[in-house]
Amino acid sequence: MVELTINGITVKAGEGMTILDAAKSVGINIPTLCHMKNLTPTGACRMCVVEVDGYRNLIPSCAYPVDEGMNVETNSPRVRTARKTIVELLVENHPQECLICVRNKNCELQDLAERYSVREHRFAGESKSHAIDISSASMERDPAKCILCGRCVRACNEVQKIGAIDFSNRGFASTVTTPFNIGLNVSDCILCGQCILVCPTAALREKSSLKAVTNAMNNKNKYVVVQVAPAVRATLGEEYHMPAGTDVTGKLVSGLRRLGFKKVFDTNFAADLTIMEEATELVQRITEGREMPMFTSCCPGWVKYIEMNHPDMLHHVSSCKSPHEMEGAIIKSFYAKKMGLAPEDIFVVSIMPCTVKKFESERPELSSDMLHDVDAVLTTRELVRFFNIAGIDFNELPDDKFDNPLGESTGAAAIFGTSGGVMEAALRTAYSLLTGKSSDHVEFEQVRGFDGVKESELNIDGTTLRIAVVNGIGNFPTLLNSMKEGREYHFVEVMACPGGCINGGGQPIHQNYEKVVKRVKALYDIDRRSESRNSHENKAVSALYEEFLEKPGSHVAHELLHTHYFDRKDKNRKIAVEE
Amino acid sequence: MENTLFSKYPRNDQSILIPLLQDIQSEYGYLPEDVLKQASEYIGLPLSRIYGVATFYNQFRLVPIGKNVIKVCRGTACHVKNSANILAALENTLKISAGQTTRDKVFTLEVVSCIGACSIAPVICVNDEYYGRLAIKDIDKIIKRYKNKSTEQPAAQEVEK
Repeated sequence: MVELTINGITVKAGEGMTILDAAKSVGINIPTLCHMKNLTPTGACRMCVVEVDGYRNLIPSCAYPVDEGMNVETNSPRVRTARKTIVELLVENHPQECLICVRNKNCELQDLAERYSVREHRFAGESKSHAIDISSASMERDPAKCILCGRCVRACNEVQKIGAIDFSNRGFASTVTTPFNIGLNVSDCILCGQCILVCPTAALREKSSLKAVTNAMNNKNKYVVVQVAPAVRATLGEEYHMPAGTDVTGKLVSGLRRLGFKKVFDTNFAADLTIMEEATELVQRITEGREMPMFTSCCPGWVKYIEMNHPDMLHHVSSCKSPHEMEGAIIKSFYAKKMGLAPEDIFVVSIMPCTVKKFESERPELSSDMLHDVDAVLTTRELVRFFNIAGIDFNELPDDKFDNPLGESTGAAAIFGTSGGVMEAALRTAYSLLTGKSSDHVEFEQVRGFDGVKESELNIDGTTLRIAVVNGIGNFPTLLNSMKEGREYHFVEVMACPGGCINGGGQPIHQNYEKVVKRVKALYDIDRRSESRNSHENKAVSALYEEFLEKPGSHVAHELLHTHYFDRKDKNRKIAVEE
Repeated sequence: MENTLFSKYPRNDQSILIPLLQDIQSEYGYLPEDVLKQASEYIGLPLSRIYGVATFYNQFRLVPIGKNVIKVCRGTACHVKNSANILAALENTLKISAGQTTRDKVFTLEVVSCIGACSIAPVICVNDEYYGRLAIKDIDKIIKRYKNKSTEQPAAQEVEK
């Protein structure tokens, strides 16, 4: 422990602690831009500078450790002037278009300009101009709005370990870009959107599908239906000043109805359906002695990753479509027939916590008869914008229920939104498939939590099932290594975002990881409250099999609910160098 | 197939990046994208990081170089002696901007801060030959001399893909 003084307050801090953290521990907030908790400090933005006795220059507190007897001043006139100048310089080299910016009122640069009362343009000069990269189906990259804090670079390199973007060039010409400035669509990017979550401005943002949705709703010939992913109901409330982890399912449904969607369905229904298909596939693979392990296929970021990096392992990936694609396929076949609707007149909108789902919904193989299973994907953030345009006061909405039959779900489906959830749901059903009896043991603690790789062994009636859960794509290399070392697994769940969909790239933007923990708890609470907690007990799903799909893994089911994957390694990578 | 240039370096050692890039450049005259991709796998660094390093340093180039490299000194002494117009004249004659290479790959035009020959300002340097006390009217002659030399031998070959 060392003792130092910050703004006249005596502070006891652990050795190696940064001045920033020490100050925070006594309630002194120092502004930051480039700082990221638990990741390499870069000291790039200098927002966090403080004055320290005996030091000639101002010190970046995010990267400087405390020392015995230090006397720190975080709010001296010199510090305030330095910080304000930094903000002024950043603002001056930033497009002056806050009013029409997607991050208006949710922008850290804007907040700092406000906090330091930047009221004039002091440094008129050359400002950078860059083309916006709109090449990918999920995301846009607008380097003109980039303030070079490097948070996206660290999220991509250190957390996700993808390394699709990095700094390039030097000085005024510096940008964060893909190698050779190619489009994100042909880069190594898996479109997970973790960079969007950490971007302080709108330099990285989702590609909006709001227009496509409103156009469809304005078209009288279209029957526009919507489905909502499990993770959205546990995060949407944050955008309306509710505490993190508030379950807003009821309000969400009535809000969507007020927006004018003809039917409001639950992706959880299809999550139960996915489990039926996936658990059946797993049991088949085990009993037929096929190559192990089987990987989950719900996460399109993970699917894109393995297609791009390990195409030799594609046969390990479950052939099941992801839940919202299954739901779309069922809506356009079973439901259309039942309601007497033409599939081409139905427009399926998915509300997803995810940016990659946009890319996924455009995959040509996820369609039948040239009709995409899902026509448009909106992220949680876009849904908020939609509610705002429609003048919906979310907090005042009454609770409502999903439309049936594609709205019924079990607790197993709810936990799809968190790391380990798909595994847990599958285990519950696989248990019953393997033993033929229903399990009273439904909670599998060993697959929950935030560890990078969660491994476990289960004994089901004499069959030992070795499982692993990869929490965040950055941890996949760890699993791959232990596989190379000879460890064998039967079933592996991978979710690209740390924490799972609950922390997906389409979720409300925040810089507080504790929120993620609360969001996860909300999903487990929904599960615990559920009447039924096993996917195979979903009555609507059983009815669907009886009426239409025959049985899990049947020919019809394969036609509608299963897909195939492509080798994307070194494909379409012809690169034009920009001069 | 693995590039033979890599063999003298250990695998997955990030510290070898810059020497390796220098080797690649001296072999090919620039940093071909395909070779950088191989290097990325060999060193275990993302291509984006390698691209970042390659664009950070002036010594690295990502496009093929011309057979003759013209360096125009834009240091203070040369500036006083009209080097801005010398550069403009070269750009006009070669129909390229500074930093570019002619389409026939015969000339690459570069700007340097100071060549260290202030006593004979303004000065340009073609390959390793210096031309001092230069006047705009001399430029055509110099260009022609190198152009004729180049046409006697085949122009630099592009790297085989």
